[in-house]
Amino acid sequence: MSVCPIQGFSLNVVSDLQNMWCFEFMQHAAEAGTITAIIAGITGYFVVLRRSAFTAHAFSEIGFAGAAGAVVLGVAPLAGLLAGSILGGISIAILGRRVSNRDTQVGIVLAFSLGLGLLFINLYRGGYATATYSILFGEIIGVSSWEVTLTEVAGICVVAAMAVLYRPLLFASLDEDVAEAKGMPMLFLGTAFMLVVAVSVSFAVQVTGVLLIFSLMVTPAAAAQYLSKRPSHVIAFSVALALLATWVGLFVSFYTNYPVSFFITGLAFGAYIVVRLARWASKQGALSARSSSEQRQGA
Amino acid sequence: MHPIGRETRIVEAESLAAGYGQRAVWRDGFFSFGRGEFVAVIGPNGAGKTTLFRMLLGLQRPFAGSLSVLGDEPRRGNPRIGYVPQRHLIDSDTNIECLELVRLGLSGKRWGFNPFSTRDREDALAALDAVSARELAHRPLGALSGGELQRIFLAEALVSNPDLLLLDEPLSNLDIRRETDLLHLVNDVVRSRGVTALLIAHNINPLLPHLDKVMYIANGKIATGKPNEVLTSESLTALYGVQVEVLRDPHGNVAIIGVEEHHGDVL
Repeated sequence: MSVCPIQGFSLNVVSDLQNMWCFEFMQHAAEAGTITAIIAGITGYFVVLRRSAFTAHAFSEIGFAGAAGAVVLGVAPLAGLLAGSILGGISIAILGRRVSNRDTQVGIVLAFSLGLGLLFINLYRGGYATATYSILFGEIIGVSSWEVTLTEVAGICVVAAMAVLYRPLLFASLDEDVAEAKGMPMLFLGTAFMLVVAVSVSFAVQVTGVLLIFSLMVTPAAAAQYLSKRPSHVIAFSVALALLATWVGLFVSFYTNYPVSFFITGLAFGAYIVVRLARWASKQGALSARSSSEQRQGA
Repeated sequence: MHPIGRETRIVEAESLAAGYGQRAVWRDGFFSFGRGEFVAVIGPNGAGKTTLFRMLLGLQRPFAGSLSVLGDEPRRGNPRIGYVPQRHLIDSDTNIECLELVRLGLSGKRWGFNPFSTRDREDALAALDAVSARELAHRPLGALSGGELQRIFLAEALVSNPDLLLLDEPLSNLDIRRETDLLHLVNDVVRSRGVTALLIAHNINPLLPHLDKVMYIANGKIATGKPNEVLTSESLTALYGVQVEVLRDPHGNVAIIGVEEHHGDVL
């Protein structure tokens, strides 16, 4: 393995990128981050549309208990994370969408899962703080090559599943009663979607951690829905924003040594604020244009 | 095989009862609606009006008796039924254009990511034309008024060219002017397409100029027939089980009044 030169940030972005890319861990981080941003951007749209953001967050906390349990058992945390969030996804889907929108019950399960995770972490004597920290706040820099491969497989599965589910899921999310009367398999759709969210959440946790999961699963999609009135375009914008936050976050973090998760969260938040402000400004503009044209007509 | 869409009896019920579990909500429903009839379904909350729709849609089995829809047993997902459920207003945050919702009425059942063929788009625009809402095609759902939304929902139901249209309280949340507009629109659709429409409402008066039949559901019973047959003191007294008086003004509006002192509220 060649030794990468240690050099700081220069104004030459190309050479900065080349330098960053020289490090294998940065390649892994960029690959896993890219795939995660794509699947989080796609599923995030439906999470926002179905108002399931809180449920998605609960998955990540149930996943935290699973990951911590896996650490105790000496299994890869990612396996526990997947098992935990998938279990949560299936149970919520079976209990039904009305249950998944009940904040109180979801919150109760969420709190218990965090507590359980804390207990597991306590049972594990080695590297107590590091393990907790990386699950809660993300450790994309430490992603191994087999985890990248796994992320790729999961990414292909999620994108394929969403491509098949797209229209029925959109219909069921936007107009539940009519979709049910039209004979759509609502339980199947709900379960399939919850599974997709559980898998997406598990991989997004690698990047942002359990606590910052919203920054990839919710914020980009929430900002994107103001950019277009057509769902397929909103999904494209959502993916683009998630990718932008991840790439820029990785780059800035590499040269500043501050946590990637912070930059991803901050960039996603910044994009959301800019979009909301732009929308507000354009509304004000339209209002004043209308009132001035009315004044002209009145004169 | 009989030619599709040519039945004359669109809905037919014999000694039909509706209910959940052990409890019947209403019984002894005998009614039959033909092609192109406009029917109002009237009754208080909880009388079982929506339950009737759920049975027609195949979402719920008859409690007793027989029910046939378009010459067949009711079945979920019958593409020949258009349904506009009772619903709360759409969240003002919903930034999705109306055309997308109307298209989903046609292609929402299909799997796969085929971002809407051009045929879908043309059919959806035609459905919007049918409810005079073409100019709303690219407006976001969340920005529409109550009356505009009802027109979009109607277009979503019409886009698959149904033979039976079920409208659950489309007039709630509308002022008198919008109410009249929407009823004219439904009436035009019924007459021009030969669609049979069942419309649930609380107040019969705005509907009277358009109706072929009226169905009253109250007190666990059903009365169905032409408006001037059902809207009589005798038939409503029999239905409600208290003395009822039907009064008419010169414009044909009716007032239905319970005349017994201890049941003196307007029904």
